[in-house]
Amino acid sequence: MPGIIETKRLTKIYRMGDIELAALRGVDLVIEPGEFVAVMGASGSGKSTLMNLLGCLDEPTSGEYRLDGLDVAALDRDEYADIRNQKIGFVFQGFNLLARTSALENVELPLLYDRARRIDDPLRAARDALERVGLGDRFDHEPNQLSGGEQQRVAIARALVNQPSIVLADEPTGNLDSRTSIEIMEIFQELNGRGITIILVTHEHDIAHYAGRIIEMRDGVIVGDAPVRDRRDAAIDVAALRRSGGEGKAARP
Amino acid sequence: MIGSFQFKNLMKTAFRSILKNRMRSFLTSLGIIIGVAAVIVMVGIGEGAQKQIQDELASLGTDVMMVFPGASRFGGVSRGAGSWSPFTLSEVEKIREKATALRALSPVVRAGGQVIGGGKNWSTSTYGVDPEYFVARNWDVALGEIFSTRDVINRKKVAILGKTVADELYPSGNPIGERIRIRNVPFVVIGVLKPKGQSSMGQDQDDIIIAPTNTVMYRLQGHPRIDFLIASARSSAEVDAAQEQLRNILREMRKLQDEDADNFNIRTQADLVETAAETARMLTLLLASIAGVSLVVGGIGIMNIMLVSVTERTREIGIRLSIGARSVDVLTQFVTEAVVLSLIGGAIGIALSFAAAFFVNRLSSLEMIINPGTVVLVCFVCVGVGVFFGWYPARKAASLNPVEALRYE
Repeated sequence: MPGIIETKRLTKIYRMGDIELAALRGVDLVIEPGEFVAVMGASGSGKSTLMNLLGCLDEPTSGEYRLDGLDVAALDRDEYADIRNQKIGFVFQGFNLLARTSALENVELPLLYDRARRIDDPLRAARDALERVGLGDRFDHEPNQLSGGEQQRVAIARALVNQPSIVLADEPTGNLDSRTSIEIMEIFQELNGRGITIILVTHEHDIAHYAGRIIEMRDGVIVGDAPVRDRRDAAIDVAALRRSGGEGKAARP
Repeated sequence: MIGSFQFKNLMKTAFRSILKNRMRSFLTSLGIIIGVAAVIVMVGIGEGAQKQIQDELASLGTDVMMVFPGASRFGGVSRGAGSWSPFTLSEVEKIREKATALRALSPVVRAGGQVIGGGKNWSTSTYGVDPEYFVARNWDVALGEIFSTRDVINRKKVAILGKTVADELYPSGNPIGERIRIRNVPFVVIGVLKPKGQSSMGQDQDDIIIAPTNTVMYRLQGHPRIDFLIASARSSAEVDAAQEQLRNILREMRKLQDEDADNFNIRTQADLVETAAETARMLTLLLASIAGVSLVVGGIGIMNIMLVSVTERTREIGIRLSIGARSVDVLTQFVTEAVVLSLIGGAIGIALSFAAAFFVNRLSSLEMIINPGTVVLVCFVCVGVGVFFGWYPARKAASLNPVEALRYE
């Protein structure tokens, strides 16, 4: 099976004046469709840079990158934008929702830039996406009226609304308490179960063990790549937490 | 390609951003508000002045033509005194028959001389004319009546006094029925003209006595010579056509060959109107361009605040880019915002100028006319200002790097 993501000797060098900083120094990586990969590493290991390159937010300095069979290096700025719109959904640590904008409008946002017009009814698609992440009753809430976990769910709904084949999540649980984190992981596992490829950057081992494969990075190269043997099921963990905690909803931060 | 979903969102985003900083947006639009109001008021006052000039000239009779005998000097060649041929009464009759574009036509016979009446005397001009003269000049009597065509034929010795003459000879009474003597010829006063004031040349048009053509011709002058003709077209718009028709009739009547120059001159008030209107137009243009400067200043204000807005919203731009906005989408968004800001200013400015027009027309002697065309033009100018001054900040936003924009605090 060909990889949905294939990189060869991918490098990224940042230049600041005379100083060159090699953030990525030759990454060879193949990820197959439907995988759930966790990328781990200390800060400065290059995992966020790799994420930016895989998500077509930034261009590599050298090396090859094939996304779904497409040679990304040959594309221009607009085609990068279209790939981000059509094939990739982003989830960030800081949620990155638009302030003073309702959950529904936030989720609609990617559809504004959908030049292919694959989706006929943007409003319905946005509602469906919010319902999928369990926020069917929060359409009109603005980000400052939502808890951290709820904001991250809105962000996930926004990542899903354009029906991407890959979801890239950069420390999605970094700003959340452990219980909410597991609830978010439950959503990711559920999406992965439906065939969406998920790549998750995290530095928490607990979180990484909800993935199916862990890649470890250090100093801009991959130093470890192994399947997870004792993979955890977030649904079971959440159910266990509910029994011991007794409450249905995550506490607001 | 912008669909209604995209357009609605574009507008929503623009208004949300503008309303988020109400005070700032208002102060930014103030330049446009003042600029737009100033332009419309200036153009309105200019057009009011233009209309006043035209009305004034229309009261003098813009449709009036005067036909003088004599050689034309076109081409610098004068054929001299030999070609000088005054009009005759039979020519006047023929013109009346043929000139369908004319409303009225009258010969004018001028006679100078001393007038005695009411125990006083006064030096003035006496004009011998047909009753149509009053139609041509749009002039009527204030007292008494106008003589008839029969009076002209019968050479009846009746006179109509201009206001000035009436005031000089009969300062404290009604001159109707009084006997006066013009060059020792007795006349009966049958009317006093309405005052017409000074002509555009500064002449007192009321210093005049008017009597029937034939009376002046034969009783005063003693020879049948017409000094000039006065005529009026059916309307101001038909002056040119009437002038052309009159010229053709005269050339035909006088059997002029194609190569011959006219041996008469037709002058209209249209030239005068044109000059005056041109002056008013220049004035309007000058005022409008001075006011236009404040529109440019307003535009710079918009540019300034849009640059601030782009910096403030770097993170939002990053989010939009990360979910697949192309550069052109971001560009469109910020240009739209600048245009909306400019149009809001324009709308307030237009409302202000309407209020100004109300007060100017109510409280001052100036007349201010707001032309719908000006308002529409101003709206387009506002869009232009928004696009022009919004372009640079929008360009800046559109060229941001997504990763750096997302990282911006």
